[in-house]
Amino acid sequence: MTDFLISIWEWLHEYVQYTIYSGVKALIILLPLFIVVAYYTYAERKVIGYMQIRKGPNRVGPKGLFQPFADMFKLMFKEIIIPTNSNRYLFIIAPVITFAPAMAAWAVIPFTDTLVFSDINAGLLYILAMTSVGVYGVIIAGWASNSKYALLGAMRSAAQIVAYEIAMGFALVGVLMVGGSLNLGEIVGKQAGGWGEWFVIPLLPLFFVYLISGVAETNRAPFDVAEGESEIVAGFHVEYSGMTFAVFFLAEYANMILIAMLCSLLFFGGWMSPWPDLLADSIGWLFAKTAFFMLLFLWFRATFPRYRYDQIMRLGWKVLLPVTILWIAVEGVAIYFDVGLFV
Amino acid sequence: MSGYSFNTMFAKIHYYLKSFLFLELLKGMNVTGRYFFRKKITIQYPEEKTPISTRFRGLHALRRYANGEERCIACKLCEAVCPALAITIESEQRDDGTRRTTRYDIDLFKCIYCGFCEEACPVDSIVETNIFEYHFENRGENIMTKDKLLEIGGRYEAQLAADRSADAPYR
Repeated sequence: MTDFLISIWEWLHEYVQYTIYSGVKALIILLPLFIVVAYYTYAERKVIGYMQIRKGPNRVGPKGLFQPFADMFKLMFKEIIIPTNSNRYLFIIAPVITFAPAMAAWAVIPFTDTLVFSDINAGLLYILAMTSVGVYGVIIAGWASNSKYALLGAMRSAAQIVAYEIAMGFALVGVLMVGGSLNLGEIVGKQAGGWGEWFVIPLLPLFFVYLISGVAETNRAPFDVAEGESEIVAGFHVEYSGMTFAVFFLAEYANMILIAMLCSLLFFGGWMSPWPDLLADSIGWLFAKTAFFMLLFLWFRATFPRYRYDQIMRLGWKVLLPVTILWIAVEGVAIYFDVGLFV
Repeated sequence: MSGYSFNTMFAKIHYYLKSFLFLELLKGMNVTGRYFFRKKITIQYPEEKTPISTRFRGLHALRRYANGEERCIACKLCEAVCPALAITIESEQRDDGTRRTTRYDIDLFKCIYCGFCEEACPVDSIVETNIFEYHFENRGENIMTKDKLLEIGGRYEAQLAADRSADAPYR
């Protein structure tokens, strides 16, 4: 039997073999990601519930642990309602446009120094490109819905992304100035040797800028004006139901996890142990750091009220952007003169 | 003059330090973080229930005296006081010469559960029980007839009497 399978495998063309091989590798990354997304929604409801002295979901299964599956099946069996006079084609394609880049970005994420789907040299650039494409889905969804609330949400989202993308990009410029590479694995490799070597220390302001604009990029509270349920119902996805809505949901949470993971990779040494003499580097460190930043997303949402629209613009353009540019200048001078931490 | 400008300068520095060190944001997160570990106050409704006041105004009932005689004397005060016009009463003289109702209907779709009928009743006949979990499955079930009301009154008499005697000192 095994020989038979091997002979089939060898009979296949090289390109087909490669496609199957890559497909399986992608599934190995994406399936756990879906499970994490599912349980992230559960964790969100639990954590926010606990912070509001509630119990959160606890009916489906022990401690409500099957809640994500109940939600998933409900959404799967719901009808997809396409509004009259909407652009059908764009309406359906918009969630996919949001979803695909959110998944594709995971291709270059290194989990350890060897465990990475695609070890490309322009990894950071690729990440920036992929996270920016996602917003087109939001804008197209808002436009194709033929609804004023959806359109308002899309416009807000567009303006917000423009404002925060720049600050985020500049924050990453700071990282690659210190890291000296666009390859994520190499950036993490530069941070080896304990917590003192992590980029968060020389780049503390950039880290905060990155975290804040990461929250803004994923349209999460307190920057969720694109959704803004108390003002514009549900923003860009008012008209979406069933699986189309679920896909938006998946993309949002996958993006949150991505930002959390990037925070730990770029600023907190990824899989590097904080005390390499005591504890070994392992993938567990990466997951622990990521889990912390994922918790922060939920904590923010439970704590802060939504920013007013003009305040978001002010923060993005007049605070975050000057801070990043200033720090890049400081960093450039420090690197030129080989000052302590910036080497 | 110079003191004033120093003060404003310090105020500005203080302001910038406060905003760039995220002091207020951290304070807020501290609050939610502490609440995370608080005891949860959720009541798991069907299994757990909140305590109910003795004055709770739920489903109606007609009471009887201990000897089994119905209390209602068809004075129609409840019908008159009812602000929602939910009560309909028809009466007749019984063979023993007393006046009794032949029809006592409460339309629960009209009733606003104000409790005025109970207040108006001179013989404590019409009362509101503490039953709040009930539903209708067919059209017409919203009309509580005399039989249904007396039946509820008989079933919950012990509870009704206890509630009324507990509340009596405050009336």
